Amino acid sequence: MRFGIVVFPGSNCDEDAYHAAKDVFGQDAEYIWHKDTDLKGADIVILPGGFAHGDYLRTGAMARFSPIMGQVRAFVERGGPVLGICNGFQILLESGLLPGAMLRNRTLKYRCEHVHLRVEQTDTPFTSAAKVGQVLRIPIGHGEGNYFAPSDMLATLESNRQVILRYTDPNGELDPDSNPNGSVNAIAAICNESRNVVGMMPHPERACESLLGGVDGRMIFESVVETLARGPERPALQAVGRAF
Amino acid sequence: MIDPQVLERHGLKPDEYERIKQFLGREPNLTELGIFSVMWSEHCSYKSSRVHLKTLPTTGKQVLQGPGENAGAVDIGDGLAAVFKIESHNHPSFIEPYQGAATGVGGIIRDIFTMGARPIALLNSLRFGSIDAPGTRRLLEGVVAGIAGYGNSIGIPTVGGEIAFEPSYAGNPLVNVFCLGIAKASDIIKGVASGVGNSVYYVGAKTGRDGIHGATMASAEFDEKSAEKRPAVQVGDPFMEKLLLEACLEVMQTDALVGIQDMGAAGLTCSTTEMGSRGGAGVEIDIAHVPQRESRMTPYEIMLSESQERMLLVVKRGREAEVERIFDKWDLHAVHIGEVTSDGMLRVKDKGTVVAEIPNRALTDEAPVYRRPMTEPEYLAEVRKLDLDVLTRDGLKAIPYSGVGDGLPPSRNASADHRSLGEGGQTVPGSQNTALLLLLGSATIGSKKWVYRQYDHMVRTNTINYPGFGAGVVRIKGTDRALALSVDGNGRYCYLDPYRGAMLAVAEAARNVACAGARPLGATNCLNFGNPERPAIMWQFAKTVEGIGAACRALDVPITGGNVSLYNETDGKAIYPTPVIGVVGLLEHADRVVSRRFHRSGDAIILLGEGHGELGGSEYLKVVHDLVRGGPPSIDLDAERALQDLLVTLATERLIHSAHDCSDGGLAVTLAECCFDTEGMGADVSIPGVEITRDPALNTAAALFGESASRVLVSVVPESATAVLERAAAANVPARMIGQTGGNLLRIAVAGQMAVDLSIHEAERVWNAAIERYFAKRVA
Repeated sequence: MRFGIVVFPGSNCDEDAYHAAKDVFGQDAEYIWHKDTDLKGADIVILPGGFAHGDYLRTGAMARFSPIMGQVRAFVERGGPVLGICNGFQILLESGLLPGAMLRNRTLKYRCEHVHLRVEQTDTPFTSAAKVGQVLRIPIGHGEGNYFAPSDMLATLESNRQVILRYTDPNGELDPDSNPNGSVNAIAAICNESRNVVGMMPHPERACESLLGGVDGRMIFESVVETLARGPERPALQAVGRAF
Repeated sequence: MIDPQVLERHGLKPDEYERIKQFLGREPNLTELGIFSVMWSEHCSYKSSRVHLKTLPTTGKQVLQGPGENAGAVDIGDGLAAVFKIESHNHPSFIEPYQGAATGVGGIIRDIFTMGARPIALLNSLRFGSIDAPGTRRLLEGVVAGIAGYGNSIGIPTVGGEIAFEPSYAGNPLVNVFCLGIAKASDIIKGVASGVGNSVYYVGAKTGRDGIHGATMASAEFDEKSAEKRPAVQVGDPFMEKLLLEACLEVMQTDALVGIQDMGAAGLTCSTTEMGSRGGAGVEIDIAHVPQRESRMTPYEIMLSESQERMLLVVKRGREAEVERIFDKWDLHAVHIGEVTSDGMLRVKDKGTVVAEIPNRALTDEAPVYRRPMTEPEYLAEVRKLDLDVLTRDGLKAIPYSGVGDGLPPSRNASADHRSLGEGGQTVPGSQNTALLLLLGSATIGSKKWVYRQYDHMVRTNTINYPGFGAGVVRIKGTDRALALSVDGNGRYCYLDPYRGAMLAVAEAARNVACAGARPLGATNCLNFGNPERPAIMWQFAKTVEGIGAACRALDVPITGGNVSLYNETDGKAIYPTPVIGVVGLLEHADRVVSRRFHRSGDAIILLGEGHGELGGSEYLKVVHDLVRGGPPSIDLDAERALQDLLVTLATERLIHSAHDCSDGGLAVTLAECCFDTEGMGADVSIPGVEITRDPALNTAAALFGESASRVLVSVVPESATAVLERAAAANVPARMIGQTGGNLLRIAVAGQMAVDLSIHEAERVWNAAIERYFAKRVA
């Protein structure tokens, strides 16, 4: 399995995603420079965290114009699995590959800490190894992770079951104090309609080794490795997640 | 043209001007005068401090690079080097807290990658005025946001640090930033210009008028006009620095590079002269080629600008295209601005016309050195007097306490009775519970979570001890090893006794590293003081350096570099003398790391070291009795060394579950901190009493809150307790089992009498709110 990790000049979690794919999960991994126009045969594309072009403008607003994004779009259209983590999620939003937008955190401050996430849907390549309702403990690190979508778009996201992870308390219950950034409907991760593109604000690559204080992020990587190993057929639909 | 006013504006004394004329054999022009003024400023020349700094121990078999380069380096095995340094950005941070702190981070990161090292961790040491004083919150919020804004963007985790609040820093906050990088020991790169005819390159941000005379500003006191100095503070661009970092590390993979240095203080001037001086060569540049952000900049402005994110490189002749290609990839423009020459001169041209010509050695090695007069400050005789009997008469009994139901720490002024009911249902003297809560809720001791959760402390996926859990610890990928890092310093101790305070600072930083299970390898120091032209300040400085030297020698942690920040005064009032010591230690096995937190219920708690009830200079006296008096705790450096060696042994043999150093607030605070972040695990201990006064309550307080040095609390599975006590006995370290973990109360008996009986939940709430409550209104 080959992970392609896109490197924008200001990416700073690219090495972390590479390390997780290659050293922790023993998969093939390649860096893909943002000016390249070839995905180097990647089976999975990761847009990693960081500050792609400094993000002095809106986060991700310039990255969508990087040459590699044309190839990423084509890969998405072919059904290839794409995961945007943190800044990668922001870039997917700006590129229109996922719906909605990010606002500054409700506190107007950057926040780095472990949060609890409830798995809402498991019929994506990045959550197929999880159980609906399972609670994961994974860190966040962002200043603009306050997900927003207008009410009609939000209704569509919910009815299409595109909300993949929500911020909850350790028991999986929704709780305003457990929502670290003010995201609407406590949304931490969403997918596109075809379900092959997932954007998440938390950093699964930071939670893959017990030495680092937790391994709940492994599920994201294990899911996609298993999904691709199973072959091209789409994973069977699983039980619908808990209603919001 | 050059009259006394011009000299004064440049911070040059008349006799210094005479020396300049001697070196040149003529009058300098204004550009040359500007160059001399920044290179001879305190900030660049260390003219007041150099004679003292020379006495510090800087060698050892582990030292790969001592002071004099952009950063120091120690051998950490596997052919790798830990490259590290601490630097201050105090003056700019007072004038513009966000950019001052941000560019401080940017500067220290450049110092590290300039050595060919990949920066992997940041720490910081901050000092502010009282948290409730006007201005403190604005400075704290701005400094923290600036550190976060820069470090988070560039993707280097901030893994630890310390913050203290004292009125003496109100007009002069301290922002000391530490960076650690990893390099192949064989590939360390130096800031030298050599090889006649090699090309000198400029790369990075364009040069603007920002920061002109930043180095001179950092070498003067503040007064009411300081706000007017804002143009001397630079603006940081972490994205540009990220590009420079990646591109420079890529260039270093080739062997086309001879030397490299960042343009920090004194910009182009300092980098050209220092590189030339280290290489025994001259450097000739033409400033017409220097990329400029503004039009019509003069040679003077270009040479003195402190615009951020700029690097100077010396590239082998004939290899230029290779280097330019790498910078192109990162969308950076590398510009050829000159050559290395053989004549030892700094020669600056403007479109071919020489505009400055100065021997390098006049600017560096032969810059003025002062042996400034010193006298013991008069205040010392007074503050060293500590009459504890006065306390017991009208202080100690007057600590009111009315519970902390609102999550806020009790106030010294609140009216209530003197006793409280412990949750165990037993009535205990309220004063000790109250004092403990006061300490836990004070800004200096309380949790810094509000601060460090604004820092990305996990990026690069190496952080195995988070900030707030003792020393920051980062594993080194590709090896079994990890590095533990700590920065420490207690200005109040140094104010009361600079020699002993400095020893305590070194000991604490090394002890924190040893508590994580790491063997201390080397140290870096940042020395923050007032105006060295005042003999009392110079005396504090000299005593501090002596103390650092003594402790570093005894603990075998050589100083590999650092920084001096003088003139930290406002309107003639100096800060506490504040040495901040950064220590780096090595853990052979990353997975044997130890943190402050208790791990499991039923573990035995063992106190290593002995308390003597030393209250002089303590947080207890300051917070509870509003008193800064007495001498700081005594320290026996041999005992300290034995304790640190023992800690490394215990961690390596996996004998302990946690280890936490007793410092601010003494044993009671340490014990409470061991219980925090454990989801409410308590502890039940019994400690011996001490007799320092006739008043039994004050004796109890001294046992609980005295800050005797060289003490560490460890927790161990009961079956291992004997082994730990045996190891301690063999190492000649006093050790005593004082109780066990468990329950949800913190109970401390002193000399058999219950003295503290608090719910952990309640204590932790107070501790967590210590800083956050001042910002609560802004959190939606």
